[in-house]
Parts: sequence; C-alpha cells; structure tokens
Amino acid sequence: MSYRLVSNLVKTLILGAMISLSGCGGSSHDNGESAMDIEVQGNMTAQLTSPPFVPDPVGSRPAKKLIVDMEILEEEGQMANGVSYIYWTFGGTVPGSFIRTRVGDEVEFTLKNHPNNKLPHNIDLHAVTGPGGGASSSFVAPGHEITFSFKTLNPGLYVYHCATAPVGMHIANGMYGLILVEPAGGLPKVDKEFYIMQGDFYTKGENGEPGLQPFDMQKAIDEDADYVVFNGSTDALTGDNAITAEVGETIRLFVGNGGPNLTSSFHVIGEIFDKVYVEGGKLLNHDVQTTLIPAGGAAIVEFKVEAPGTLVLVDHAIFRAFNKGALGMLKVTGEENPTVYSGTIQEGIYQPEGGSIQTMPGDQGAPEAPTAGSLSERIELGKQIYARTCLACHQEEGQGIPNAFPPLAKADYLNADVERAISIVLHGKTGEITVNGQSYNSVMTAQTLTDEQVANVLTYVYNSWGNNGTEVTPTMVTKVKSSH
Amino acid sequence: MKYLIACLCIICFSLAGNSQTPTALKQIKGGTLAPLYGLDSAKVWVDDFQLDEYAVTNQQFLDFVKKNPEWQRSNIKSIFADSNYLVDWKGNLELGENMNPNSPVTNVSWFAAKAYCACQDKRLPSVDEWELAAKASETKPNAENDSTFNQRIIESYETPKTYSKTVGSTYKNYWGVYDMHGLVWEWTSDFNSVLISGESRQDGDADRNLFCAGAAITANDLRDYAAFMRYAFRGSIKANYNIKNLGFRCAKSN
Repeated sequence: MSYRLVSNLVKTLILGAMISLSGCGGSSHDNGESAMDIEVQGNMTAQLTSPPFVPDPVGSRPAKKLIVDMEILEEEGQMANGVSYIYWTFGGTVPGSFIRTRVGDEVEFTLKNHPNNKLPHNIDLHAVTGPGGGASSSFVAPGHEITFSFKTLNPGLYVYHCATAPVGMHIANGMYGLILVEPAGGLPKVDKEFYIMQGDFYTKGENGEPGLQPFDMQKAIDEDADYVVFNGSTDALTGDNAITAEVGETIRLFVGNGGPNLTSSFHVIGEIFDKVYVEGGKLLNHDVQTTLIPAGGAAIVEFKVEAPGTLVLVDHAIFRAFNKGALGMLKVTGEENPTVYSGTIQEGIYQPEGGSIQTMPGDQGAPEAPTAGSLSERIELGKQIYARTCLACHQEEGQGIPNAFPPLAKADYLNADVERAISIVLHGKTGEITVNGQSYNSVMTAQTLTDEQVANVLTYVYNSWGNNGTEVTPTMVTKVKSSH
Repeated sequence: MKYLIACLCIICFSLAGNSQTPTALKQIKGGTLAPLYGLDSAKVWVDDFQLDEYAVTNQQFLDFVKKNPEWQRSNIKSIFADSNYLVDWKGNLELGENMNPNSPVTNVSWFAAKAYCACQDKRLPSVDEWELAAKASETKPNAENDSTFNQRIIESYETPKTYSKTVGSTYKNYWGVYDMHGLVWEWTSDFNSVLISGESRQDGDADRNLFCAGAAITANDLRDYAAFMRYAFRGSIKANYNIKNLGFRCAKSN
C-alpha cells in the first residue's frame, strides 16, 4: 500500500514536471540546453538486442560517442507454422536490433552488408537529422561496409528502415526496427521493458499455404496483406515465445509499426495503458485503451499488471489479429486479486475466430487440402490446422481461457460425444454449455474446412492433452454433415 | 591503361593455341529500349550485337588466370580489385573446395571481367544491350509486359545462393541466351552511368527524367521493380568491387 502511495506521488511529481515544462513554450530539451551543444564524454559500444528484448536503460550516463555495428542478412525464416519466407533483416531478426541512445549521443554507425546477400541496402533512421535520415550516406553493396555518424537531437522512439529502391519491397521483407533516444537522465524506471513491432507481409500463396512463399508485389501494391504480425512471424509472441511478467510489475512496451502499408490499432486485451507516449514523442496521454501507430511510427505504452492471466496483444483491426497473425501474449503470474479482476480477460464480445475463412453457422464451402495416410500423419496435419484455426481461442495446450473459451484438454464435453464435436466444428456452436463443471456461454463460428481437415484437427485434439485417443476419419465427418 | 590491355591481348593470342573453346555468341536483334522507367522520351536505340550464350564459369576463369598471371589473386594490382577478389579460391590456381567448375565465376572485379573479354576479342555488354537481351522470355523477344515473367524475375532476385547453380540451369531465352535472370548479377561496361544515389527517394536530384517517371509508377509497371533492383545494385558498386553474386558474360559488336 505504501508502495502505491509513493508511486502515485512520483507520478504526480513527474506529471507536474511535465506540465511545467510544456509551459516553457517549445523549448525542445528539458534542461533548456540545446541538444546540439551537449558534449560527449568518452566512447561506448552500443548494446544491440533482438526482439522482444531491449538494451539496458541509459540511466544517468552522460552523452557519449556510441558505436553501433549492424549487419544486414537476407535469410529464410518461419512466418507461420509450415510457412517460410526470405526475410531481409537488420541484425538477423525482424524487426531489426533495438538501438538505445540518449539525447546528445554521437552515434558512429557502421552498416555491414553480408557477402552472401544479393542486394545493396541502406538505412534511414528517423532519429537522424540530415539528408535521407542517413540513407544517402549508407548505401552499401553486398560484401561491403560503410560508416557514418550523427548526433541524436530529439528524444523519442523512432523507426529505422531500409530506403533502397524498390523501397516498399525492402520494408515489406522486414527491413525495419526501432531506435530509442532517451532524454537526459533516462526514462522513468519500470520493472520490465519489451520491444514489439508490427509489420504486414504479402505472399504469393494465401494465408496458411505451406512452403517457402515468395513476396507478391501486386498484393503489396494493392495493400492486400496475407499476414499482419508482431515481430516478424505469427508465433513470435505466442506459446513458448510469450513475454512474461509478475503481478504488480510495471511494464513498458516499445511498440513500432514497420508497415509497409497498414496502420496499427494497438491494443492489449485485458489492460488499459496507464501512460502512452503518443507517437513515441513527448506528449503523454493517460488511461488509453487502443493507440494508433502509423506505418513508419512508434509509441511507448506503459501499464501495471494487477492480476494474473494471459494478456493478449492485438492489432484491434481485429481480423488482422485472429486471421492474419497480429497477436501476441503477455503471461502474468502471481496472486489472484479478485477485487481488481474477476477472472475474464475479454474486454468485450469477440467472435472467436481462427486462421481460415469463416462463415456463421449454416454456411458451406471448403478449399482443397492434403490427405493423411496414417494416424500419425493425420495428427501432424491436424496440429498445423489447430495452430492456424483453433489456437487463438482454445490455446496452445488446449487449456482454453477461463470464462471465455472452454478447454479441450481432458474435456468431458469433448470426450463424451465425437459426433457432437464434429458437428460443432462443421456448423459452429452458440449458447450455454458445461465443460468440466464450468459453464461457458460463447460463440464458435462454423469453420470452413474440408472433411479431411476436420478429421485431422479433431484427431489431433483427441490424441493430445490426455484426451481419449479417438481417430476421426473423413467418412465420419461426411456422415455427420449428411445427417443434417 | 590502353597499353596494358593491348599487351594482354598479345599474350592471349600467343596462347590461343591451347585455350578452350570460347563460349558461343548468340545474335541479338537491336531495337528501341526504354531504360528503367519506360518513358517514351527516354527511349534509346540499341544496335544489333552478339552476346555470350552463358556467363563465364569458374573453370573458364581459372584457365584465363593460368595464362595471365597478372590476374591471379596474389598478383592483381590493388587498384583493379579489392581484397575480395576470388576470395573463396584456395589459391591462385585452385578453386575453392565446394566450388563447381561450371558455376558462374563471381568475386571478380569489373577490371578483371573487362580483361577476360578483351582476351577473347570480345567486350562487356553495355547496360542498354544487357537490358535489351534480358527482357526476352523463353518465347518472346520482349516480355516486359508479361506479369508472370516479371514476378519470376523478382522471385529469382530474392532466392539466396543462386551463384552456386551451374550455368545453363535456369532458362534459355528467345535469343538462345541462358540465365539472364536467376543466376548472378552481371557486370556491364557502363554499369555506373545511371545515377542511383542510394537514397532512392531523392534520385530526382541525380537525374530529373528518371525521377519524374519514377513518381508515376503504378501497378501496371511491375517490371520496374525488377529493373529498380538491378539499377540499384549497379548504383551500389564500384569497378574494383568483387561480389559473391556478381559475375559477367561477354559481348561483341557485329
């Protein structure tokens, strides 16, 4: 309790300081000193981190000559389960390595283009004041490196990206990241910080089509994204890759949007942002549900996690979250706090949805899919369908989400009646049901899957997490379908 | 410089007796070409010329340096090639361990490529000649409006490690020339004559005509994206660079 009081007091003081500063009428730097005049003291090599991690805060260190060494790699990576893509990256990851500086730093930036790469690249850092944000000085052929330097003049969170022709394609392939310029003395302390960046991807095959998918220029021009993801892939922040925190901790997310096309409606299901540094700048907003992050822009959001559970990070343009991959998870562990939180993490009514195209109960229609030759093959194929279609609601281990989506793991309702289960996947389900003693009243839409796919995914579910091991065949599915 | 090349050629001819058969030349019919952005006013005329059927291979280049020691890795003048010249070779006269003799030679500088062609009484193609020959698909001399062909080119540019394929392994175009896309980038005699500054959004400052057309890009100009990538690549290199994905083939005037 006393902690909260102190924290509130600190908040008030900070707020007060902000107000008095913003009253100074446009002085761009907190101590009134021009950032141009800040002298650097000594050298240091910048710590670069891969997402979702960020380097250590600058704290009270003076401005320095900061040496940044970044390597460009063109490499194959996983976009979704069974789907791979040739990413072009700053530092081997999408988004690229996080760069953390403070105002007044003189950054000596070396950009290295790996000899195996096929294309020239460069970097435009929005934190740079100068032609092209560094792009015109950093154009580098494969097997070469180039060095340029700049001084950080404006505090804030900035996007960097490649600006080599064709620019859109370089960005669409993942060439973006964030550079943070902290004010003198650093940002206020928090318990946990994470790095998240949204991007839209355009592949020749539709969402979920397996194999190595090439970039589709026409779809990119049409802004018809197949994937919208956080940190470069659909599973970068889900399952074992979820970010974690403990009850009572304050969380700061550095959120960027690489685009190339789509603006993000960034939202965390089950949280309210206590503070948002709007567009990554100095303007503070409080008590925000969803913050808009433009392509080529960023925001810093902060909140305190008050109760345990899984918070779901989404682009609240919601089909992107449930159908295209813009979904991440923050798992919070610790003591239950029923006064804050009664248990549900849903903040409204969602139509629970999966990765395939869906219709409401009653509709029909289905695409082609591979055929399983054995039980193990059926389970394997079913697992992929589960990851695309069911996981968002029923979760990685079939555990569901309390009070919202029923569990599939050791579920009496599931194991009792195979035909009913088939029927629910085929036709959807609305209304109250009881699973393992808990009642659920939600909507599951009909899934547009072939009989084969329904058989595979149900066989996977029945052969996982302590369920009864039933094998569902396409014939069984066809029979259930015909009986209606 | 002229003197040097003249000398080299004398050496070449004197050794011609035991050199392997040079790569066959294919006849390319000239015509108008709209470089990069397809503006009518920017069209250029290309005369008929001949172009090597295949890119120069590791084996062919090895034979060349055997006869011309001044182009061996340890002997090359540093102004003609930076330290990446033939960097993956085991020695002056030995290819790298996993190198296929029939893969295109890469990590060669413009100077070395030029000298190689001169030794065969050939020359490097100009950018315009190369582009004219490269816009032919298997069946058409000009496939620049064929969206499938263009998409295939873009995909091939994204595919890693194509330098390790063998020459002739991709496709044979209308003129009978192989692998114009899908294997390696290729040196051209005047690769640096179009100014791409690297800050592509400002290239208007470098060349106003290119910029104006560039601003008019629409979905119909899919071919430009592939062309953009080639011109951007050419803009990023210097004559003494040696790059793993950059080889060459020779040409000849009629």
